[in-house]
Amino acid sequence: MFRLARRLRDAGVLGINRRNADYILVHNDRRFYPLVDDKALTKTIAQEKGIAVPELYGTVTIQAEVAGIPGIVAGRDDFVVKPAQGSQGQGVVVVTGRSRGLYKLADGKLMDDGELAFHTSNILSGIFSLGGQPDKALIEYRVKFDPVFEAISYQGVPDVRIIVYFGIPVMAMVRLPTRLSKGKANLHQGCIGAGIDIATGRTLTAVWRNDVVSEHPDTGNPVSGVEIPGWQTLLEIAAQSHELTGLAYQGIDLVLDKDLGPLILELNARPGLNIQIANRAGLAGRLEAVDGFRRDGLSIGERVAFARENFASAFSA
Amino acid sequence: MNRRHLYILCTLLVLVGGAVFMIKAQVLGFPMAPDARTEIWRVDVRVKFKGDGRPVKVTLQVPRSSDEYALIDQTFVSPGYGLATAPSGDNRHATFTIRKETGEQTIYYRAVVQKTQKSNDPAPLPRPAPGKPRLSENELSAARAVVAGLWEQSADEASFVTLLLSRMRAPRAQGELAALLGHDPSQRKMAELAADLVRLARVPARAVHGVPLEGLRRNVGAVHWLEVFIDGQWRPFNLKDGHQAEPADTMPWWRGKGPLVRIEGAAGQGFEIATSQAYEMALTTALLRGKELGSGFVEFSVMGLPIQMRAVYQVLLTIPIGIMVLVVLRNVIGMSTFGTFMPVLMAMAFRETELLWGVVLFTLVCGIGLMVRFYLEQLKLLLVPRLAAVVIVVIAIMALLSVLSNKLGFDRGLSVALFPIVILAMTIERMSIVWEERGAKESFRQAVGSIGVAAICYAVMNVALVQHLFFVFPELLLIVLAATLLLGRYSGYRLVELPRFKVLAGER
Repeated sequence: MFRLARRLRDAGVLGINRRNADYILVHNDRRFYPLVDDKALTKTIAQEKGIAVPELYGTVTIQAEVAGIPGIVAGRDDFVVKPAQGSQGQGVVVVTGRSRGLYKLADGKLMDDGELAFHTSNILSGIFSLGGQPDKALIEYRVKFDPVFEAISYQGVPDVRIIVYFGIPVMAMVRLPTRLSKGKANLHQGCIGAGIDIATGRTLTAVWRNDVVSEHPDTGNPVSGVEIPGWQTLLEIAAQSHELTGLAYQGIDLVLDKDLGPLILELNARPGLNIQIANRAGLAGRLEAVDGFRRDGLSIGERVAFARENFASAFSA
Repeated sequence: MNRRHLYILCTLLVLVGGAVFMIKAQVLGFPMAPDARTEIWRVDVRVKFKGDGRPVKVTLQVPRSSDEYALIDQTFVSPGYGLATAPSGDNRHATFTIRKETGEQTIYYRAVVQKTQKSNDPAPLPRPAPGKPRLSENELSAARAVVAGLWEQSADEASFVTLLLSRMRAPRAQGELAALLGHDPSQRKMAELAADLVRLARVPARAVHGVPLEGLRRNVGAVHWLEVFIDGQWRPFNLKDGHQAEPADTMPWWRGKGPLVRIEGAAGQGFEIATSQAYEMALTTALLRGKELGSGFVEFSVMGLPIQMRAVYQVLLTIPIGIMVLVVLRNVIGMSTFGTFMPVLMAMAFRETELLWGVVLFTLVCGIGLMVRFYLEQLKLLLVPRLAAVVIVVIAIMALLSVLSNKLGFDRGLSVALFPIVILAMTIERMSIVWEERGAKESFRQAVGSIGVAAICYAVMNVALVQHLFFVFPELLLIVLAATLLLGRYSGYRLVELPRFKVLAGER
């Protein structure tokens, strides 16, 4: 047991206690948390910096506004309703179209106005928010994802998660929805996460639950070797997120829209650790490398270049 | 954020806590271990009868403090009755009276008794007058014959008594003895007759009737034996084999001839004795000894508090150790639970219900609550009213379980009322949400984790030594605090992370 722990430590695997004690608690100033916990705020600050985000159609803050949802989505066939402070993809409803007055959801179910209103009320009462405090519901543009991941995802929108430490991208993966995850891009709900080689922008093998897999469980296609278009741009957006929120250790979730390019979906102050399994590499070593390199005044270009030079995967296809 | 700062703080806490602990333990002689001989018992006597309109007089024998058993407290519950207690001979009795009474009546008497250390070499007592045997003329002549015969065959008073008792026990007592005992004599009758016969030999003797103290018991039968005054002391003789021995763990309740309860003016009489051990007060002697130390340490500590508050703190002071165990289980082992401190609250509830019953009741309440919660899900209720509904349902389930278990005779089931209701309701809500979002497996995993953590916390908090140490030495809390602070900066792997990240270690 202790030998296993030592081997993990030698491999630079970051445990949850160390992530919290040595990185999040030390470097992440709590006053910046609302910027990432509230997705409406994240959108605003991203737009101020000129980073694209899914367009916000409307916000529902109080129960009385729930009745106004049909007005907000009038004339739009598809949209997404999500809690502003949700975590782990909970409470997100993706409407892909309409049929005879009903909303068609991504997983094929149908929902009427009443059910959508009830779901929104639940969001407002804080079921899906961290700590259960009252929340607001965002109604926004549904991303039309880039066909690059079509062969290796089941419904839903795949997104790219990049861990950024002091503005330097350290590790990345793409989360591919599965039948088990009901089309959601969330590892806890059963989607798979394929590591991405920071140097090349190509996918590696993937993690499903806590195991390494090389094919998508539903489509059977190999997940590795897929080149992500505009990888340099994605890395630059990720690098900017440090200036955006002021958080030193964070995860940034990006989606690739086939028309609009990369959009920031959300930021996360406590990104999960399974990304290490997806990349078959430990985070700790990379974080230490950043600590040895970082200094004030580095340009975005320099930071991305450092990342691409130093964080190449040993398992690249 | 400085590690050295933390280490200095923890060292200081440990030094201060440890120093006070050492001074109290070594210099002031505070007891390190709970006093195993300290036993406190509750004896409940319930007298039942049916009044029929006549004046009622109930005479109940109540105990007095003896060398071995101190009467700490007593309670009478007899609404509407006149109550008087008076000593009578070796005994003390309580008399309940009322002018007119009809219907089922119940009178309660509770004695709180502490077992104390008997002195090994008591001072000799003056020899009492033997007293007259209470026998009729006919019995007296038969008794004289028995005593004369046995006196001849015995060497001294003790052997006389042993011989007498063994003759009475013989499968077929013969002649006069059989006539005196009558057909199928009760233990009480035998003890009383033996006392009369010994008195006839001009040796002071009396029957003793006691209540055995053996844990949680209902329908306790009185135990009878004989005391004979030999060599300046009352010596006990048991009826079984006639040898000089005291019945183990039995409190003498009353002496001499007569029943425990005498009821005049009512029918349908009956009584029941129940005993239970009072664990929460088991530290009293240590405290009393602490008082004798006369030190400010006692006056300015939880031991100087009134007795009810002491009982509260005896529980409260074990919570920190439970919480520290919880921190270890969550942050070092990595067990997942519903709610951060819910398992510790459950562990406290388990103290009252005992572990097995606690787990059974918790599972029952949560299971039924979860079913109701799934039904409520269909109604699409908003969060706060839904939580309120779950709380109401939880209370209803608890009341139902209490009533059912009472009817079925499971006393332990009643203790379900001690569960933290709101915590249960929140647990049910969390369980159902986890169930829907992450599946039944994850939900069960967390539920089992919660119960497991609660059980471990309970096991640790319930160790007598732990309770004793934290109550007598609350400064140990500083050491627990230091350990918890250090755990707060523990950045190693959690045990459950080892298998989770195993694939990352195997690649070399």
